[in-house]
This record gives sequence, C-alpha cells and structure tokens, in this order.
Amino acid sequence: MDPASIITALQSLVPGASFEAGQSVDFPTIYVPADRLVETGLALRDAPALRFNVLIEVTAADYLPREPRFEVVYHLLSVSHRTRLRMKVRVSGTGSLPTVQSVWRGAGWPEREVWDMFGIVFDGHGDLRRLLMPEDWEGHPARKDYPVQIRKAAQTYEPLEVSEEEFRANIVRDRAGRT
Amino acid sequence: MAELRTETMTVNMGPQHPSTHGVLRLVLELDGEVIQSVMPTIGYLHTGIEKTAEQKKWQQVIPLVERMDYLGAQSNSLAYALSVEKLLGLEMPQRVKDIRVLIAELQRMASHLIWLGTHAMEIGAVSMLFYAIRERELLLNINELIAGFRFFPSYIRIGGLREDLPRGFHEAVNAFLDRFPTKMDEFERLLTKNDIFRRRTEGVGTVSLDDAYQWGLVGPIARAAGSDYDVRKYFPYSGY
Repeated sequence: MDPASIITALQSLVPGASFEAGQSVDFPTIYVPADRLVETGLALRDAPALRFNVLIEVTAADYLPREPRFEVVYHLLSVSHRTRLRMKVRVSGTGSLPTVQSVWRGAGWPEREVWDMFGIVFDGHGDLRRLLMPEDWEGHPARKDYPVQIRKAAQTYEPLEVSEEEFRANIVRDRAGRT
Repeated sequence: MAELRTETMTVNMGPQHPSTHGVLRLVLELDGEVIQSVMPTIGYLHTGIEKTAEQKKWQQVIPLVERMDYLGAQSNSLAYALSVEKLLGLEMPQRVKDIRVLIAELQRMASHLIWLGTHAMEIGAVSMLFYAIRERELLLNINELIAGFRFFPSYIRIGGLREDLPRGFHEAVNAFLDRFPTKMDEFERLLTKNDIFRRRTEGVGTVSLDDAYQWGLVGPIARAAGSDYDVRKYFPYSGY
C-alpha cells in the first residue's frame, strides 16, 4: 500500500482535510493536519481497507530553527493487512495537538513521554505528567536547544509523593476508565 | 449477620536500588491480594541515550544502544544497525544476515532465560533462577568468544559485523543446542508441572486480544492473548 492510495482512501472519509505524502525509505508516510487528527485516526483505525488497529509508538522530531518546529510521529500497525504507516503532524513551538487516546487507548503514556521530552502539549489528555524525568525537572531534554551536558543538583528536599487527594482522584479516574 | 466491613489498602512498592532488576515504583490499591488500581512511576533508569547519541558519530552509538537492554544487548545493536543501513540504502551479504539472525536468536534465549528465572524466583521458585543462569552462562561464553565481551559485545556493526566468526564458534553453539532441549524439559518439570507455580500464574492478569491491540501491546504478551503477530513473520528483516 502506497501513501497515495492511503490518502485517496482518507479523503473520502475525512472530507476537506489536506493530506500529503512524506518522504520515506521504508513504509508509507503521510502528513495529517493537526485539527483533523482525531477524525483521521478514527478513519485509519476503522475503515475496512485500512484497519490500523495498533498504535506502536508516538514520538517527535525537533527541526529547529524551522517553523513549525516539531513533527509528532505516530507509528501505526495494521495486523489484519500486515501493513505499517507513519503518520506525521506538524506542530509549532507553542502549538498543541489533540490527544488520540479516544482512538487508541494506549496513547496516554507515549504522549506523556513526548510532553516530557519535547514539551508538546496534548489537549484533552487528562493526565499529562512527566513520564521519565522527575516531576520537578526543568525543561524538555530532547529539544535541540536543550544542552547535552547539564549539571543539576539532586533535589531531595521534598519527597516525590502524590498527595492523598491526587491519589484518590487517580483511583476514581481509573475506575471510570474501566467501566 | 452484619456485613463484614472491608476497605482497600494502599501500598507503596519500590523504587528499589538501580542495581536490582525492575526499578519501578508502584502505588497500589489492594483488595486482599487483588490489585484494584496502580499508579506506576517509571524512568529511574532513564539516561537520555537519544540525547547522548546526538553528539556522537553514527558508529559510536552501537555501544550506547546495547546498554538500553542490558540482557538483550545485541538485539538493540541489530535494530540500530538495520536502521542506519536502511537510511544508507545498504543491503547486507547473505552471510552477514545469517550470522546476525543466529546472534539475535542466541541473545533472545539468553534474555528469556533471565526473564524465566527471575519471574519464577519472584513467585517462590527460587532455584529456577540458578538453573536458568547456568544455561545463560554458556550463551555469555559464546559472546565472549565472538567479541571478548560477555554483556555488550558490540559485534554487530553498521555495514556488517566486527569480524567473521571465530574458530570454535560452531562447536560452542552446537554444544549449547545439543544440551539445551534436555534443560528445557527440566524447566518444564520444575515449573509447568509445579502446582504452586501454576496456581500463581494461570489466569492472573489476563489481557484480551482486543485490549492488547488497543493498548499497543505486541510480542509475547499479544501472542499470549491469542495474536499471531510476530514481527519476524509479518515484516521479515535481516534474513528472517
């Protein structure tokens, strides 16, 4: 399956959105407009000819000083069709993207990682905390303007703990998510 | 009779010291022995390898990626070398492909032995760990033979391998392969026929196939849920 046929299939499912094919040396790559991301995701997941039912990963690339600076990359897998797809979305340094958790439930953690590493905000995420860096870390380490060798004193003056209220709220949210 | 009043208990688990395996913190809400909810904190072993790699030459990244998974080092360097070769448009000779597949599968066995051993140990079958590590030792010996380094051989390089296979490699692999099936039977007797082990694992933490795909689970976990997705069969690479 080539990017052109995927785009043709998508154009009837997501009318009015402008997709473009991206460069790639392996599997098809398409660019998706940020405001139609969730709709496109649903179409990619549910259309019988596409069926990209697994979100393998979400990552990003920083093309500083180009503007829009970031490209968020979604790697999709269709188990039934044995195909892969790379879906890219351009984001400016101050822009944000909608979360795709309503399409692929596992998107929560990878989106947290992209927020943590690149500082890209996912609207509607609900739990956009840092995933890998400590909660009180400053800056987003994978950005190209973030220094490689940084010295930071260990911050041990307060325990990294969740407050009672935060914990209860988490439990309530988890329960709501399960039902 | 009045209803028994029960409530869940909140337990903090971890984080352990980085030298233990599985550095992770979990805040668990428990109802007896059943986990009602969990809030994990990961990242204790996060070292920002991507950021380090930005400042390195391409070939200098091989030893870095091998340390990402210190039990399956060569699977990582294979993935990295294949990506760079893909960008360069390089096609490897058949011999390189064959050796890489062989190395990757030996590494997979070494990694799975640690998984099996520690998994069994943590639910009570402590001696299993020693049996598993004994077999893994032979695989580490093979690593030492090919590159002089047991954990992080850096044998797979961009554009091929460090050098051809050393003398004695085939004998060592054959000796392992002759020995291992009987050891597998031993493991089966220790675990698969062990009532305690089975009661502690069967039906615990099951995932439906639909859930597995929704949460992006692939590999052994998805296959345990009934998937037949195996990247080596679906998207064959490096001669698989």
